[in-house]
Amino acid sequence: MEKGKGVMGSGRRWAVDFSDNSTAPSSRDIPDPPGFTRASVDQDDSTVSRQKKDAESNWKAQKAWEVAQAPFKNLLMMGFMMWMAGNTVHLFSIGITFSALWQPISALQGVGKVFEPYKDSKVELLGPKLLFIALNLGGLALGVWKLNTLGLLPTHASDWVSSLPPAQEVEYSGGGIPL
Amino acid sequence: MAIRSFFVPFLLFVLCFYSSLCPVLSLYEDQVGLMDWHQQYIGKVKQAVFSTQKTGRRRVIVSTEENVIASLDLRHGEIFWRHLLGSNDVIDGIDIGLGKYVITLSSGGSILRSWNLPDGQLVWESFLQGPKQSKSFLLVPTNLKTEKDNEIVVFSNGRLHAVSCIDGEVLWKKDFEAESFEVQQVIKPPGSDLIYVVGFAASSQFEMYQINARNGELLKHESATLSSGFLREVSLVSSETIVALDSTGSILLTISFQNGEISFQQTPISNLYEDSAGPAVIIPSSVPGIFAIKTNAITIFIRVIGEGKLEVVEKTNHETAVSDALPISEGEQAFALIQHAGGEMHLAVKLAHDWDSNLLKESIKMDQQRGLVHKVFINNYIRTDRSHGFRVLIVMEDHSLLLLQQGLIVWSREDGLASIIDVTTSELPLERDGVSVAKVEHNLFEWLEGHMLKLKGTLMLASPEDVAAIQSMRLKSSEKSKMTRDHNGFRKLLVVLTRAGKLFALHTGDGRIVWSHLLRSLHKSEACQSPIGLNLYQWQVPHHHAMDENPSVLVVSRCGPSSDAPGVLSFVDTYTGKELSSLSLAHAATQVIPLPYTDSTEQRLHLLIDSDKHAHLYPKTSEALNIFKREFSNIYWYSVEGHNGIIKGHALKCKCTGKVADEFCFDTRELWSVVFPSESEKIIATVTRKLNEVVHTQAKVIADQDVMYKYISKNVLFVATVAPKGSGEIGSVTPEESWLVAYLIDTVTGRILHRVTHHGAQGPVHAVFSENWVVYHYFNLRAHRYEMSVIEIYDQSRADNKDVWKLVLGKHNLTSPISLFSRPEVITKSQSYFFTHSVKAIAVTSTAKGITSKQLLIGTIGDQVLALDKRFLDPRRSVNPTQAEKEEGIIPLTDSLPIIPQSYVTHALRVEGLRGIVTVPAKLESTTLVFAHGVDLFFTQLAPSRTYDSLTEDFNYALLLITIVALVAAIFVTWRLSERKELQEKWR
Repeated sequence: MEKGKGVMGSGRRWAVDFSDNSTAPSSRDIPDPPGFTRASVDQDDSTVSRQKKDAESNWKAQKAWEVAQAPFKNLLMMGFMMWMAGNTVHLFSIGITFSALWQPISALQGVGKVFEPYKDSKVELLGPKLLFIALNLGGLALGVWKLNTLGLLPTHASDWVSSLPPAQEVEYSGGGIPL
Repeated sequence: MAIRSFFVPFLLFVLCFYSSLCPVLSLYEDQVGLMDWHQQYIGKVKQAVFSTQKTGRRRVIVSTEENVIASLDLRHGEIFWRHLLGSNDVIDGIDIGLGKYVITLSSGGSILRSWNLPDGQLVWESFLQGPKQSKSFLLVPTNLKTEKDNEIVVFSNGRLHAVSCIDGEVLWKKDFEAESFEVQQVIKPPGSDLIYVVGFAASSQFEMYQINARNGELLKHESATLSSGFLREVSLVSSETIVALDSTGSILLTISFQNGEISFQQTPISNLYEDSAGPAVIIPSSVPGIFAIKTNAITIFIRVIGEGKLEVVEKTNHETAVSDALPISEGEQAFALIQHAGGEMHLAVKLAHDWDSNLLKESIKMDQQRGLVHKVFINNYIRTDRSHGFRVLIVMEDHSLLLLQQGLIVWSREDGLASIIDVTTSELPLERDGVSVAKVEHNLFEWLEGHMLKLKGTLMLASPEDVAAIQSMRLKSSEKSKMTRDHNGFRKLLVVLTRAGKLFALHTGDGRIVWSHLLRSLHKSEACQSPIGLNLYQWQVPHHHAMDENPSVLVVSRCGPSSDAPGVLSFVDTYTGKELSSLSLAHAATQVIPLPYTDSTEQRLHLLIDSDKHAHLYPKTSEALNIFKREFSNIYWYSVEGHNGIIKGHALKCKCTGKVADEFCFDTRELWSVVFPSESEKIIATVTRKLNEVVHTQAKVIADQDVMYKYISKNVLFVATVAPKGSGEIGSVTPEESWLVAYLIDTVTGRILHRVTHHGAQGPVHAVFSENWVVYHYFNLRAHRYEMSVIEIYDQSRADNKDVWKLVLGKHNLTSPISLFSRPEVITKSQSYFFTHSVKAIAVTSTAKGITSKQLLIGTIGDQVLALDKRFLDPRRSVNPTQAEKEEGIIPLTDSLPIIPQSYVTHALRVEGLRGIVTVPAKLESTTLVFAHGVDLFFTQLAPSRTYDSLTEDFNYALLLITIVALVAAIFVTWRLSERKELQEKWR
């Protein structure tokens, strides 16, 4: 990846643009080949494109729901991993727990990005988004629960008093056996 | 690839190295002496006998007030061998028999032992009994030889024994049963077979017994009465003449008993010396023909010239010490005389019959801090020109032992350190530009060389010489003996007060004496006849704003043995060892209470209680008074009256009235008293928490995240009482008649927090109190074993604080100041365990913040210090702990405490005559400094939870540095390589 970038970056001398410019007649300065009529394409543009767009938005909505449900699998996976890790604090269980916490958080941070490709004026994304968020929150909750079972959450009184200094005494008394 | 093949083993090696850092509880052999030091002493010498045969090593055999018999090298003063007899086995006399046995008489003359002179092994031991208590004498006459044996004459317990030198068999004995007869001298005139036993009966009768030394037959018994009576001391002036004083101390009596005829000769002292006033005292000596008396600080030497005529030979007002006579040739006896004049000491060796001429006269400059000469022992040697040379062994006021020869001090031993009374610590000066630092900064090359050697050692490439070099380098690390404060707080001064009234400052790094100071206030003076040093307190510990002041210690002493004798305070600067000031108090000091308040110069306020129960505040400044008045109503004190079994609590009342009245004196009133029934209980031990102990937290988290609140109070006193019958020796009572009661008493209110009775238990009780627990050691008569018990106190009234939200928001009153009058509800947990050893002292480790877990330090009967984890003394131990408890670290309950050989803090060494263990926190939380003292001194560092907060001493910084450099180089090289590879790929 890095290498590719390096090549494409500063060291470019020449380039061939393979992008299709066929749909943009304005940029066309080469005459169409004989027998090719552009009108046939343009002819049923409205119906075809509407159909196409419908299909696309349907597909997009379907895909969005799929993406929104994806964390569920993750959740099950995580649950299995956690069960495997056990309830004692060691490197493996801590690693799993923290990844279980980190994954939902990073996913939640990128909610917008995840649903970016399915953005459409006709597609209702709120439902999938809410599901996605809910599932991730579930994942987070699972992580927190695991953290708690590991005893790493300060939910007990002992976690808050373990470093309380002793109370000062008002009175002072000294003495003992006479010297 | 080449880099990789180099790197893999290297990394593996680094890993191995780090894993080897995993700490171990015990010590490796080569770590001995790195952080610990051990010093051997013998105590104040009572008697010395020289053994200078023509062959063999020259040595001197000494007996000391610490009940040590030792053989010292005459050349260097080192100990060849040494034996410490028990504390109730006081040595009465030593001598050398047959040139190869050291004979000692001890325990009030009832035990006679013979030791092999070269190696100190016990040859035989005899028990000598007798009809009654008496003085004891040990004579090893040289002329009582029968074939290969030699006879030892011992007078003890009212009986005269003759004992064989070979096997300790009693050859004959003779009783002196007359009721009032008190023996004063046992004389064996040289060249005859007679023994004279002389003494007084009924205070005015002189008795003389003449006995045949071969068979103990009584040859003659004479007595004579003198109406004016006798004083106890006598001086022997010849084998048949003694000098005594009459009961008024003003008339000298020369008593001669030649041929069994007693004759008196009375000479008033005023005839010899006109200005004499007040009674005189005879200085015990055994120089033929001469004796010394002391009157009004003037020493008078008097010669006896035949027929009981006396003649004064010298008067001196200098402090004087005389040795015993030493036969140097046929009929000639020499003795040494030491006089102090100014800063110098004059040594004269004279012949007994010729006072006016000196065999030897020398003056020696003596350190003022050693005080006066207390004892002199003389020995001679033949020079190459066949003349007599003399060496003199002297015992000084500070109990040090010096050998003088040819006007020089050949060696000296600081044997005062064998009798330490009290220990405190002081910080060293901060490292500043001005402060001179002992040769520490060596150059970089040496540093690198040292670390390369270390590296070689860790790579196992070092040759034996290298290993030796590494070891010596570690031991002599100058870092640990610097005279400045270090970051970890390992370097400190141990300030110790000895019985001789001398203060020593020992460096914790190597145990050397930084300074010593013989306290002026502990000198004998007109006002203070027999001053006794009592205790040491930290008077001023500057930190924060008072950095420029030097820290100082307070020495409390008393003029005389009775508790109402006036006290003396001295303040000593711990950097320089100078006595800043001293105060002779008008009142007694029966108790000294350091208060938890300091003034603006960090001087700690102290309250001194006198015998009339008035409290006196020190320092006497108005600032201190203001601070004190603010806290006036919160200060209490208590007294433990062991003899009548009462503990009393007092509060301060008002300004003193009466003759001692001043602003700083306060009357006190009795608040409460706890009276133990005298027919069933007798106080044998009390212990409190250390004043400077730091506790990290009040909560103890137990299994399942539960919390118990410790009852942490500085004002709890542990008291152990036993049945009066059971206060004697172990085993002197049946289990039914003996019990031990342990109390926990609040010293402010007098409330008994806890009381527990151990039936069938007996003292002695040794206890230690720390945080919220007390551990005590006693004897269980039923099980015939020693036992240790632990009591932990918890505050039940705080147990309800379990609401997390309140705790999160801080809405609790767990840290608000509490009053002891608010009746805390306490619960206690306790448990008992068997313990194999009997114990001489118990202490507990203390760390800077109190986070590190604790270890008990137990001074065992074998004079070693054993570290025992507090976890073994946890009352929550059970036979089958649950999983949660196991996780918490609770050890399954066993009936006895384990003794792990590796956990002896003193490893292979012994702290002979162990009396006390002192622990001091270092600045590094994991580490505590331990100082054990007895006749020997031992110091070490301990990390009860291992050194979790620092790298170990032998951490190889060079290796780390090399690793880092190699890694950086490797990164650089691989980066360059990858760059090149990339470029090539691009051109492909």
